[in-house]
Amino acid sequence: MKAKDIAELLDEPACEHNKKEKSGCAKPMPGASAGGCAFDGAQIALLPIADVAHIVHGPIACAGSSWDNRGTRSSGPQLYRIGMTTDLTEQDVIMGRGEKRLFHSIKQAVEQHNPAAVFVYNTCVPALVGDDVDAVCRAATEQWGTPVVPVDGAGFYGTKNLGNRIAGEAMVKHVIGTREPEPAPEPLIPGTKIHSVNLVGEYNIAGEFWHVLPLLDELGIRVLCTLSGDARFHEVQSMHRAEVNMMVCSKAMVNVARKLQDKYGTPWFEGSFYGISDTSQALRDFARFIDDPDLTQRTEALIEREEKKVRAALEPWRERLQGKRVLLYTGGVKSWSVVSALQDLGMVVVATGTKKSTEEDKARIRELMGEDTKMIEEGGAKELISIVHEYKADILIAGGRNLYTALKARIPFLDINQEREFGYAGYDGMLELVKQLAITIESPIWSAVRDPAPWDEMPSEAELLNAEGV
Amino acid sequence: MAILEKRKKAMSVNPLKASQTMGATLAFLGFSRSMPLMHGSQGCTAFAKVFFVRHFREPIPLQTTAMDQVSSVMGADENVIEALKTIAEKQSPAIIGVCSTGLAETQGCDMGLAIHEFRSRYPQHAKVAVVKVSTPDFSGCFETGYGAAVTAVIDQLIEPSERAGTRARQVNVLCGSHLTPGDLEFVIDTIESFGLRPLLIPDLSRSLDGHLPEEEYSALTTGGLTMDELALAGESCATLVIGSSLTPAGQKLEEKTGVKSQVFPHLHTMKQVDNWFMALSELSGLPVPNRWRRQRRQLQDAMLDTHFMLGQLRVGIAADPDLLLAMHDLVVSMGGEVVAAVTPDKGPALEQLALETVKKGDLEDLERQARSQQAEFVIGNSHLHECAERLHLPHLRIGFPQYDYLGGFNRVWIGYRGIQQALFDIANMRLSQHEEIPTYHSPLSQKRDEENYTRQQHQGV
Repeated sequence: MKAKDIAELLDEPACEHNKKEKSGCAKPMPGASAGGCAFDGAQIALLPIADVAHIVHGPIACAGSSWDNRGTRSSGPQLYRIGMTTDLTEQDVIMGRGEKRLFHSIKQAVEQHNPAAVFVYNTCVPALVGDDVDAVCRAATEQWGTPVVPVDGAGFYGTKNLGNRIAGEAMVKHVIGTREPEPAPEPLIPGTKIHSVNLVGEYNIAGEFWHVLPLLDELGIRVLCTLSGDARFHEVQSMHRAEVNMMVCSKAMVNVARKLQDKYGTPWFEGSFYGISDTSQALRDFARFIDDPDLTQRTEALIEREEKKVRAALEPWRERLQGKRVLLYTGGVKSWSVVSALQDLGMVVVATGTKKSTEEDKARIRELMGEDTKMIEEGGAKELISIVHEYKADILIAGGRNLYTALKARIPFLDINQEREFGYAGYDGMLELVKQLAITIESPIWSAVRDPAPWDEMPSEAELLNAEGV
Repeated sequence: MAILEKRKKAMSVNPLKASQTMGATLAFLGFSRSMPLMHGSQGCTAFAKVFFVRHFREPIPLQTTAMDQVSSVMGADENVIEALKTIAEKQSPAIIGVCSTGLAETQGCDMGLAIHEFRSRYPQHAKVAVVKVSTPDFSGCFETGYGAAVTAVIDQLIEPSERAGTRARQVNVLCGSHLTPGDLEFVIDTIESFGLRPLLIPDLSRSLDGHLPEEEYSALTTGGLTMDELALAGESCATLVIGSSLTPAGQKLEEKTGVKSQVFPHLHTMKQVDNWFMALSELSGLPVPNRWRRQRRQLQDAMLDTHFMLGQLRVGIAADPDLLLAMHDLVVSMGGEVVAAVTPDKGPALEQLALETVKKGDLEDLERQARSQQAEFVIGNSHLHECAERLHLPHLRIGFPQYDYLGGFNRVWIGYRGIQQALFDIANMRLSQHEEIPTYHSPLSQKRDEENYTRQQHQGV
């Protein structure tokens, strides 16, 4: 990928960070970076497309340390779970055999797995030695008739965020618009109209989108494609025919939404399925953009029914969780969307992370939590812990990489990121959320791990030996 | 304190209970050069032998008085005398433990008289210790039989004395039937780490720990507490009792020798292990060695890592009272909940059990309770396996018998390290049955997975 292309991707007019100096896609700082690389971001963004053979072109570390993404679920093919890599050797690199190996790897994938398509992820070493991945993909497509899509996201191009955009760009450039959707089926409720939509940035973590999808079906909202949770290649191909796109909970692939608007005039909005109010809001937004009075009316009825049901189911949990103090440390939209979910439960959010949040996000937070709320800009592990103590938080809710830091500090913890095994989306997801909150907050182990051992009053072996002068 | 809910049905289905006779037999297997002798028909012994052989995967010394129809009606005291004589002549054991069966007790045996008769008729076998214990299988359970045998050994073999504490660094340990040979090694290890000398009564860690002995064949136990060691129990500085069912045995020892006893219901939770180390520290006057402190921190870390999987876990347990209490406390200490509990008979441990009721019953009762209470995990012996499969629940094997799980007989459950492993195992089993959000197929979606499958099949993929 040329420097010009990278710069173009970094300049994303639809992203609020674009004008500020602290861009989410800024250069990582040597010695002080922890996030993933562009390859990581590209792979994560597309791997959930279930019927595609995902080949990582590079030496073993790229695929070897990252294959088998267990978080996301498929309702059909499991091909995406099979790890494929060219596993380049020293000889391949020196003798320039990488392209040949890639070509044969694609052949192997096509012959043995008969995928709907092959995605080839470029990585640092072949990018550096100059393998022409695009040419190989073109040749392979011609040779076997299976679409082979290059995703040129070598790690050194930049951050994980950039990788997400590269992935989105590859879809827009090579896949979207290459096929018409299947004819729409009869609506579930006769006399109503089917409306087609896309979700961008929804990954079906732990299958959580299946909490939401039945509701959309009921409303006659046909999801052409979720990019990329539980998606199929031909669904991605037909994304250009949606009436509206929803950007779910993340700015990661905002370039896809913007370009679909530029190219096909599809409007888009941002939303989230975390918490009762956000889920309802997302459904309302669909209705608002689609602008079908019948749909709007049925949406309101459905929201009323579902909210009533879930509020009743949450009632016993409210008592248990009411007044518990939460320190929330997540990025972007989640910083406020989860706040409202927790407030729905009567919990007190004492502070929230705003590292990746936009000014808009922050305004929402102030609105929800009051002016004097603590916003954490930079959150090293040590700082987080001291804030937990300072604000007397009962629980830290954050991404998985902070999990063991919290546990070492003997602080209850809830994982809210990709790697989790539980689905929190939609109305039903709230019930799982409260259960997981209660499991850690109400655990009796906290005194067992915090209280001193009964002999702590007594001198240790070493102290005794010292005292005896041994 | 848990109330024992009486059995209401006529028939016991998939029984949990193992007999008192077998419990007593196990206790006698913890003495060196020992031969347990069941006073009953041959079958009583044969079944018990198979039970223990399958559990320990070891040859098990066990003999029978072989009551037949005549002796069953006319009196079987002579069978006892003859069996004692034969065993003494052929194997010259250090100790023979005579355990009565339901048959012998119903018939009305007088084992005391029979042993007296044996002594007077065969003075040449005077050095063979003989202990009798009444353990009919129509009352009690494995645990009570085991406890009765330990009490009988103390009662019948330890001379009354007033030499308590003359061996200031020797400690008696009465080890309950809920401990495995591996558990006993932890007991020995910890006591020795304080410079104390443990005397385990009985000591299964030297007999049924699955070791390969020098000699190819032995008709008797190849290890365990010796009679010489047992004779010194009255000189120890203290008796540590592990298992409430052995409280009476500890009291008996104290009555006879003045050695004070201290009871630990189990060592299956961090708190109880803390108490154990505090007791050893006080007895020895030494601080707790650093290796144990380190292991405690490791356990704390494991508790943190596993509390996500064990928190609010709904557990069903089927076990004898001491073991039931131990596993209950372990589960509850992690935030789990015991929603189904079944025990074969009463025991003092139930007084400490923080449950409202415990069902006196069988594995069918556990299955029903587990189902109606929506248990997510079951704990019990190998027989529980079928019912766990019907319930689609993971099953942690404990107690007797464990015939389909190698190493179960010797697994270490106690101490910080043992608890840590138990937590990991429960958490792993729990993870393996992680409840997924049900797959949803949208009727409006354009996915055509089935067509794709057919296409793949056509092409022979």
